[in-house]
Amino acid sequence: MTRLGLMALPVAFFAVFFAYPVAAIVARGLKVDGAWQLGRIGDVLAQSDIRHVLWFTTWQALASTALTLLIALPGAYVFARFDFPGRHVLRAVVTVPFVLPTVVVGTAFLALVGRGGLLDDLWGVRLDTTVWAILLAHVFFNYAVVVRTVGGLWAQLDPRQEEAARMLGASRFRAWRKVTLPALGPAVAAAALMVFLFTFTSFGVVQILGGPTFSTLEVEIYRQTSEVFDLSTAAVLTIVQFVAVGAILAVHAWTVRRRESALRLVDPSVTARRPRGAGQWALLAGVLGSVLVLLVLPLAVLVQRSLDTADFGYYRALTHDDGGTFLVPPIAAIGNSLEYAVAATAIAVVIGGLAAAALTRRDAGRLVRGFDALLMLPLGVSAVTVGFGFLISLDKPPVDLRSSWILVPLAQALVGVPFVVRTMLPVLRAVDGRLREAAAVLGASPWRVWREVDLPLVRRALLIAAGFAFAVSLGEFGATVFIARPDNPTLPVAVARLLSRPGDLNYGQAMALSTILMVVCAVALLVLERLRTDRTGEF
Amino acid sequence: MPQNMPQNMPQNTPQNTPPSEPPSEPQNRPLLSLEGATVRFGGRPVLDAVDLAVVEHEIVCVLGPSGSGKSTLLRAVAGLQPLESGRVLLDSRDQSGVPAHKRGVGLMFQDHQLFPQRDVAGNVAFGLRMHGASRQQQDARVGELLDLVGMPGAARRAVAGLSGGEQQRVALARALAPRPRLLMLDEPLGQLDRSLRERLVVELRELFGVLGTTVLAVTHDQGEAFALADRVVVMRDGRIAQSGTPLEVWQHPADEFVARFLGFDNVVGATIAGEAADTPWGKLPVPEDAPQGTRTLLVRPAGVRLLPADEGLRCTVAARTFKGTHVAVQLQPEDAPRLDAACALREAPEVGSVVGVDFDAAEIVVLGDA
Repeated sequence: MTRLGLMALPVAFFAVFFAYPVAAIVARGLKVDGAWQLGRIGDVLAQSDIRHVLWFTTWQALASTALTLLIALPGAYVFARFDFPGRHVLRAVVTVPFVLPTVVVGTAFLALVGRGGLLDDLWGVRLDTTVWAILLAHVFFNYAVVVRTVGGLWAQLDPRQEEAARMLGASRFRAWRKVTLPALGPAVAAAALMVFLFTFTSFGVVQILGGPTFSTLEVEIYRQTSEVFDLSTAAVLTIVQFVAVGAILAVHAWTVRRRESALRLVDPSVTARRPRGAGQWALLAGVLGSVLVLLVLPLAVLVQRSLDTADFGYYRALTHDDGGTFLVPPIAAIGNSLEYAVAATAIAVVIGGLAAAALTRRDAGRLVRGFDALLMLPLGVSAVTVGFGFLISLDKPPVDLRSSWILVPLAQALVGVPFVVRTMLPVLRAVDGRLREAAAVLGASPWRVWREVDLPLVRRALLIAAGFAFAVSLGEFGATVFIARPDNPTLPVAVARLLSRPGDLNYGQAMALSTILMVVCAVALLVLERLRTDRTGEF
Repeated sequence: MPQNMPQNMPQNTPQNTPPSEPPSEPQNRPLLSLEGATVRFGGRPVLDAVDLAVVEHEIVCVLGPSGSGKSTLLRAVAGLQPLESGRVLLDSRDQSGVPAHKRGVGLMFQDHQLFPQRDVAGNVAFGLRMHGASRQQQDARVGELLDLVGMPGAARRAVAGLSGGEQQRVALARALAPRPRLLMLDEPLGQLDRSLRERLVVELRELFGVLGTTVLAVTHDQGEAFALADRVVVMRDGRIAQSGTPLEVWQHPADEFVARFLGFDNVVGATIAGEAADTPWGKLPVPEDAPQGTRTLLVRPAGVRLLPADEGLRCTVAARTFKGTHVAVQLQPEDAPRLDAACALREAPEVGSVVGVDFDAAEIVVLGDA
């Protein structure tokens, strides 16, 4: 009964602010005069340009995933097992891209490989017309997912297991292949699936770097909705993406469950040691070099471009009301973004916290598992669809929020909730159930048990979850671009608008605003990094 | 300390009431009783129609190998494990539907489960806070209990810095603080080293005597059970195999399982006729009132007497182990199972030497059917 009570609010939240808007927009597109036109699905999928989008979405996601694993797995090993000066700082640095708004990532790569970018200036090389810009931006964005998920586990694997295999006669490589690799397998699979999911639904990066040539499903949904006004095509594409994401999440849930199988884990601080021999030093140098080129350089170029005029000109321009793009000075977007992000964080923490508490209960059955997967869906379902769905479904009774500022935080919280749940769950599950029993036997009611035992142990995880939700809300673009009002843009929306206009001043202002956004996200992350416990989080 | 009536005692077993304990008081109603308590995990019965009663001020120790269901028994009484059938009664009141936090029993967990984020005082005071005690009451009671368990002045220490023995004391103080009507202990001394265990078990028994606490403990360690309990209950596969005072159980194991669990290995099938039993070890003397026919016989190691090689049953010495107070000797007869014998250090034969053996009827027990 308690479990149902805990789940009531999250379920209601998802029903009203997720299922209802998505269903409404699908119905709008596929229902004519009250009758479902399911034949439209076949019609749309038969179009060659749509087939092209589907094909591109899939192969670029596969290629991005493969490239990310190729580049990040050595990094995962180095961060897990090598002890070198600056390791902790660098670990935080590689995580910065993940919490960066996709718009900033796109802008940073534009500044690196685009027209008038660093490579263009130096050697006349431009990648923004090729798919490589997108793939590299995806690696940049998802490097941390692999390092966190795989490296986090790798650091905790007991090296003595490998030693035991070697004492039984296995060579160094054979011991790694037979002992470590099978233990890492599920984590690698889970990381790969998360990267695939993020890149499959990629919006901001492709929107900025894809140009007219490259378009993912999510970008196409946006185009169909806001430029072509073909709602039925958008609805079909939403359904296609929904089904694909559902399948990816089902496989992910399966690997996570396998990963929960009992492994011998140890304190990560005891498994790392100094690299030894030329090979290990070369590996370390290689990883540091790739981090420098792929992760640090784009951000550095972004900052450099934002300063590419006298006296912080682009930054000062942000404070002027230029009358065209915005009804307010671009700098006002900072305040808007922060306010929205704080509200969204509060909502996400309450909803996600309740959901995680419900999911932790040991008697969790099939129903709850389904709920677990449901919570992940907003990560993959087209944010554009959610945003547009908000516009058309929450503007009349029973839910009329058309003119309310809360619309933006609500949409952002939807994306934040999965992060809160994923951060809280492992910690809550790690709380020894008998500790709760000990409290119950001493006379604590279930609510008291939660307050006295669970809460003090998960306080840090809660803060970290809040930080993630904050960063994600700050960078949310796909949904916000629809529902943020013109006089109240958020930072990513303002950046996108500046980029869409010609001229050096707009370009420079976009770089400046992106830099500000990056600094805010990076500071939030570095604060979190000090709080991070070694058991928290799958991201 | 009142003595209860032992349950499930074989009829031929004499009462071995220690002289220090007063005679039983029949008017004592049980504080705790289980009636046909049954719990299944995936169809397998973990508790199988268990009947058990604990009267006030009694210390009962449930003894059994791991997987025999003894921890589940405690959890069922505490309300942490629902029963599939049967009842738990406390003070004659049915506890079905009463949640754990309203049962008023204390449970000390196997690995103590101290709250890591609270200090010693915070742990001990936890139950008092849950019961709404005032700040002064809490402080007074915490001080009192820490004195009682021998840790005065430890109130502000962090639990992470406590040794195993200290954790055990804090866990005990925490369980005792709200004055539970029944205190349950799950492997209370399981993780401590041997010498500490032996000292603490004596302290615990003294303490419970002084406080008049009613205790239900479970352990797999017979030494712990015998030292702590007024009554020992041996469990096997979710059922009660035997119940009695430590002396009774030790002297007259009910069946082969109990005998082997207590460490006796000289168990053998026998055909009894009159005062002699036909066994693979030859004709053995049995007590006069022994039941007749096909039976299982236990020969205590002390009942195996060593003789010169040309007398009695001829055996080769296969192994000897120094046990401190005596030497355990394993003997291999020519066509029969090995025999355990116990003898004094200076009489112990060398490995490989040949000895003769005969048997002492006083150390031979006819076991019931397992």
